[in-house]
Amino acid sequence: MSDLAIRASSLGKRYRIGALTRQMSMRERLTHAMKAPVRWLGPGDAATAPRDFWALRDVSLEVRQGETLGLIGRNGAGKSTLLKILSRVTQPTIGHAEIHGRVGSLLEVGTGFHPELTGRENTYLNGAILGMGKKEIDRKFDEIVAFAEVENFIDTPLKHYSTGMQMRLAFAVAAHLEPETLLVDEVLAVGDMAFQKKCLGKMNEVASGGRTIIFVSHQMNQIRRLCEKAIWLDAGTIRQAGLTAEILGAYESATLAGGSSERRLNNAPHVKARFVNWEIVEPKTSSPNVLDTPGPVVLRFVVEVASPIRHTHHSIGLYDPDRRLLWGTAREHFQVNVGIHQFIYHLPDLPVKPGAYSWRVTLYDGEEPIDIWEAVPDLLVATKPVTHWLDEWAGILNIPSEFQVLPFETERVTQERQ
Amino acid sequence: MGATPVQTALAVEHREVPVVRIGPRRGLLALDFGELWVYRELLYFFVWRDIKVRYKQTAIGAAWAVLQPVMTMLVFSLFFGKLARIPSQGLPYPIFYYSALLPWMYFAAAMQSATTIIVDQQRVITKIYFPRVVLPIASVLSGLLDFAISFAVLLAMMAYYRMLPTRAVIWLPAFVLLAVLTALGVGLWLSALNALYRDVRYVVPFLVQFWMFASPVAYPSSLVPEKWRWLYGLNPMAGVIEGFRWALTGHGQPPGAPLIASSAAVLILVFSGLIYFRAMEGTIADVV
Repeated sequence: MSDLAIRASSLGKRYRIGALTRQMSMRERLTHAMKAPVRWLGPGDAATAPRDFWALRDVSLEVRQGETLGLIGRNGAGKSTLLKILSRVTQPTIGHAEIHGRVGSLLEVGTGFHPELTGRENTYLNGAILGMGKKEIDRKFDEIVAFAEVENFIDTPLKHYSTGMQMRLAFAVAAHLEPETLLVDEVLAVGDMAFQKKCLGKMNEVASGGRTIIFVSHQMNQIRRLCEKAIWLDAGTIRQAGLTAEILGAYESATLAGGSSERRLNNAPHVKARFVNWEIVEPKTSSPNVLDTPGPVVLRFVVEVASPIRHTHHSIGLYDPDRRLLWGTAREHFQVNVGIHQFIYHLPDLPVKPGAYSWRVTLYDGEEPIDIWEAVPDLLVATKPVTHWLDEWAGILNIPSEFQVLPFETERVTQERQ
Repeated sequence: MGATPVQTALAVEHREVPVVRIGPRRGLLALDFGELWVYRELLYFFVWRDIKVRYKQTAIGAAWAVLQPVMTMLVFSLFFGKLARIPSQGLPYPIFYYSALLPWMYFAAAMQSATTIIVDQQRVITKIYFPRVVLPIASVLSGLLDFAISFAVLLAMMAYYRMLPTRAVIWLPAFVLLAVLTALGVGLWLSALNALYRDVRYVVPFLVQFWMFASPVAYPSSLVPEKWRWLYGLNPMAGVIEGFRWALTGHGQPPGAPLIASSAAVLILVFSGLIYFRAMEGTIADVV
């Protein structure tokens, strides 16, 4: 028995723009059909001719059992289409896929909820729609209601629930689905913050329970926390697939930094000096531009010097994906002789949140610029996020914190002041 | 000696892992009845929801199931019966009309709700997979509760007129089944078409009206000239209504050749509907 959960080969999905669009009336369709022969004969009318649009093209992937896979990419990259094909909501135009075991899909929370029905009735209905049998729901009912924290309202029609309560119940039902493979689309972005945290915790629990999960999210930290591997979809095809840290780094540096990551070439014959590469010396990691553990960092920048520099001025800057300068420092009044040198930096810590960053290093001789290098490759920080679980509240630093609640002893404080 | 740990593990792990295969649409005739069986509980829940929702927000609830056919029966008895003097096969007008309105109203309502079900449920359809055919089946089945309630009234009316069902009553379930299948056949076609062309929704009320006059609801089929009877028989509801009336009261013509034509028409309708629906199923989420 193979331990493959999902195997997809050359999946493709074509939509016709201008032909079978949504809600086309019969009149439109008839006039369209009438015009068709003319279009076939004539040179074609670009405005009315159906254009093929491949929402997904030649996507092949294999997911082993128990693996968590994140799908990332811009809007319209085909993430949702792929999820819809794997969950069988829509059929692929070409290609095949096999899924071993029961598949549950969470493309939306609360699918099929009806406002007139009570919480209890909706739990059964939604459970059935998600693929649970009546007995299974009977068994998990109390757990679901407790998770959603709606015990007191379970026999009240759903229309009297607050949005938050509805979302909680919806997620609770979905979270108790126990298929071998779970397809999840951005559903964690619901409810209040406390509940989001609870949902994320539940997802973690599901993921660590050996279930196969394919997860789509725009919240990169969620992907980082939940997924071991990631696939970057771009314009309907797989641009890159691999370990999450690697893929997210590449994705972030390409999309957020504006895609200008071409290596500077300074091959001018009479350069005095130039930076040739950089790497992380400590800690030792999988690749020299990936930082995956917190703590002291040693960086090395290699400089090739062709003629001596007398009044050296050297600066370094760390930029985040949005090209904001996070940190910068400079050294001056030192000499560098001909040869290959290394500039070493010792940092006690580099506590920035996971993502793709870039260095900018400069070298001047007095006022004369010798080399200004937007270092490649990017610095990929792949440490475990220890900040707020929502990206928008996580900030830019990844600093672990300890938290305590202690009684505040006012009397003693007052006494000490006296 | 007990089993070794390895053997125990194998015993626990050994179970059939279902494999879902995804690909472009297979042959037209690939009706997956096995899958439908797997989803029978969902069918039950959809029927249950339809019924719950229908009666929840109405002030008099199930009384509507009775009120509609009773009022129509009174109007028909007055205008078609007392004023137009349409022959009633020797039955009291209220019985004559009510026994026809029962299967007719069931059929009309089931067909109308099946037509819009795919569009009504588009949010579910675009988010979750299940065999789509469950939806029209559920809307056709959920109408049977109204039918049963108004049927009880018919029995009360017969008691009032001191009528007893004849032995032909054993055929009654067959005619009900025929009505269900007719509604399903038409519903399959119309629901899939309505997902593509929203015009269908506006066509259906006319269809219901015309179809009623093409069925022996307001008049007995004996009024139809003999030479057109075969054509008339192709309308499955003609067979259903005449048969229903006959099975219950023993009045009218026992079903014969027209019924065979009706049944054949229903089978063709249901199978072509299933094939068309199935062909649409794979892409229905893209177009609805």
